[in-house]
Amino acid sequence: MSLNTRSLKTSMHSIKTVFPKGDLFYLAVLALFLGVLLPMTLDIFRLNMVGKYLTYAFVAVGLVLCWGYGGILSLGQGVFFGLGGYCMAMFLKLESSDPESTKIQSTPGIPDFMDWNQITELPWFWEPFYSLPFTIIAIIAVPTIFAYIIAVAMFKRRVGGVYFAIITQAIASILTILIIGQQGYTGGVNGITDLRTLLGWDIRTDSAKYVLYYVNFVCLMACLLIAQFVRKSKLGRLLVAMRGREDRVRFSGYDVSSFKIFVFCLGAAFSAIGGAMFTLQVGFMSPSFVGIVPSIEMVIFCAVGGRLSIFGAVYGALLVNWAKTTFSESFPELWLFAMGALFIGVVMAFPSGLAGIYKSHVEPFILRSWQKLKQAKPQPPEPPTSVPEKAPPPKTTPQNAAQPHPIVLTGSISPVGK
Amino acid sequence: MSDKNSVKDFVLSVEGLTVSFDGFKAVNDLSFYVEEGEIRVIIGPNGAGKTTVLDLICGKTKSTEGSIKFRGKELTKMTEHAIVHSGVGRKFQNPSIYEDLTVFENLELSFPRGRSVAGALFFRRDKEVLEAVEEVAETIFLHDQLHTTAGLLSHGQKQWLEIGMLLIQKPDLLMLDEPVAGMSVAERKRTAELLNRITKGRSVIVIEHDMQFVEDIAHRVTVMHQGKTLSEGSMERVKNDPKVIEVYLGH
Repeated sequence: MSLNTRSLKTSMHSIKTVFPKGDLFYLAVLALFLGVLLPMTLDIFRLNMVGKYLTYAFVAVGLVLCWGYGGILSLGQGVFFGLGGYCMAMFLKLESSDPESTKIQSTPGIPDFMDWNQITELPWFWEPFYSLPFTIIAIIAVPTIFAYIIAVAMFKRRVGGVYFAIITQAIASILTILIIGQQGYTGGVNGITDLRTLLGWDIRTDSAKYVLYYVNFVCLMACLLIAQFVRKSKLGRLLVAMRGREDRVRFSGYDVSSFKIFVFCLGAAFSAIGGAMFTLQVGFMSPSFVGIVPSIEMVIFCAVGGRLSIFGAVYGALLVNWAKTTFSESFPELWLFAMGALFIGVVMAFPSGLAGIYKSHVEPFILRSWQKLKQAKPQPPEPPTSVPEKAPPPKTTPQNAAQPHPIVLTGSISPVGK
Repeated sequence: MSDKNSVKDFVLSVEGLTVSFDGFKAVNDLSFYVEEGEIRVIIGPNGAGKTTVLDLICGKTKSTEGSIKFRGKELTKMTEHAIVHSGVGRKFQNPSIYEDLTVFENLELSFPRGRSVAGALFFRRDKEVLEAVEEVAETIFLHDQLHTTAGLLSHGQKQWLEIGMLLIQKPDLLMLDEPVAGMSVAERKRTAELLNRITKGRSVIVIEHDMQFVEDIAHRVTVMHQGKTLSEGSMERVKNDPKVIEVYLGH
């Protein structure tokens, strides 16, 4: 019995270590904002757009761990986002290509783009995607295994910093070229389109969009919990340590590359879930979400939100995408320049992004006004239970790493040989 | 026969060690032996290859030829972290600490447990860790700074912190590269005192330029010059060796 109470106590204790008071509050605010406030105030068209933006938040959260914490800048997260999305799209495409609805094709029962490319038989690697359980496993496994191969090849050889960033960018480019080139197998530049149902359930209806928004929301919260657990574990502190002093970590008895491989794979897995949710909510997947430009945009979401804050990254993804939609509707050709300016601006002026601004300006202001409020009412008997309610959305966590950091694109200029 | 003995009696035996960088031999056919509990100081002019020797022992640089045996284990073929696990700790020349983390976290990360990915994920700050950190912090004069961000410490305190990070690993062989460089006179004294305390029961290799400091702590001294041993023995003997006076102590 005493053992039970003790284990309860220790588990309570570990919840506290994973979620210090502030973080729990930020998580709750985010959950309320995404799970209650937005669905209540937005129509389904706008909500579906928010859902789409949030799929990028998965990538941004992964980048916080990889780049913000571990100093591993990947300019190829679109690869994993795309692989996850393509796995989902392959399943949906097969379902919508039943012999009945494709009977006008010369080979009925295969996806339409294959028929257009004179392919008469379903390629072997498409076959397993008839199964939903296989697809769900593949969504996570394919990108993660791919990330693992890249990471082992790079990190075991101690390739890091700028070189790693350039190589990931090259991989993003190569994958795009591959997808476009293999039109018969991948749908080419158009991607995989015209996705309709998931096990017979029409994903294009308004009610389905609501459901998918919430599925997406729950997945994102789950990823945030995992990220928070990693961040607050010793592994999180090791990542920060590696960012600055890789050699010291190595000569403290750690195999540095295995930690880099782990965090890179984790980031890839998050991105893949985001990609699959993207396909489900938007109804197609194409190479334009895989290449260099989307991959760099993903880094910008992370930088704007705050590369050391997993919650900030979510707001960053929302805000930049919202700005992109609004801005590109009116000035489509100016958007890329605006995006570039935004990135440079954030890097120069606010290296910790929205999260940093919140930490250095908004939070002290709230605390000050709270103090004033308390002084105005002399000796209020009831102790305050929470921080004032009206905090603006861009909210973030206290960073356990010292602040502010100058943004260094490659994480750190490590004094390490190679 | 004598080879077998050397493995048994010495903590560390370096034999015929050579490393060549594009033909330049930074360390050239170097041999020396460190006994159990010995404090060995390596001195020599700049570029003599002192730091390279430490790099070779801890695996940072791979040797071209020769062997390094630590308690009978051949280190030249092991990875860096495996060398650390076998009991070799190394302090770098410039204080190498995690500036973004607190003193506590610096020491905690150096605590020898949970060194795998899973181990680090599920590592818990239990009593054993807390006690070890407190104890080491006490030893290195930083017990009231446990929650200070390490980047804010003074230069001397950073050096101590890095020494502490080694201590918590409980290494059998401690390698210190210029532990008192850049320290004030008061700090030097405290460091000498600290080293005398922590070197009990373990073997230590120190690289140092400060002769007074060397005299205070050294059991034996190895003088290196151009990648080779120039002289070896007690401080007294080395000081009076004409070759050493010519290349190193003379000026």
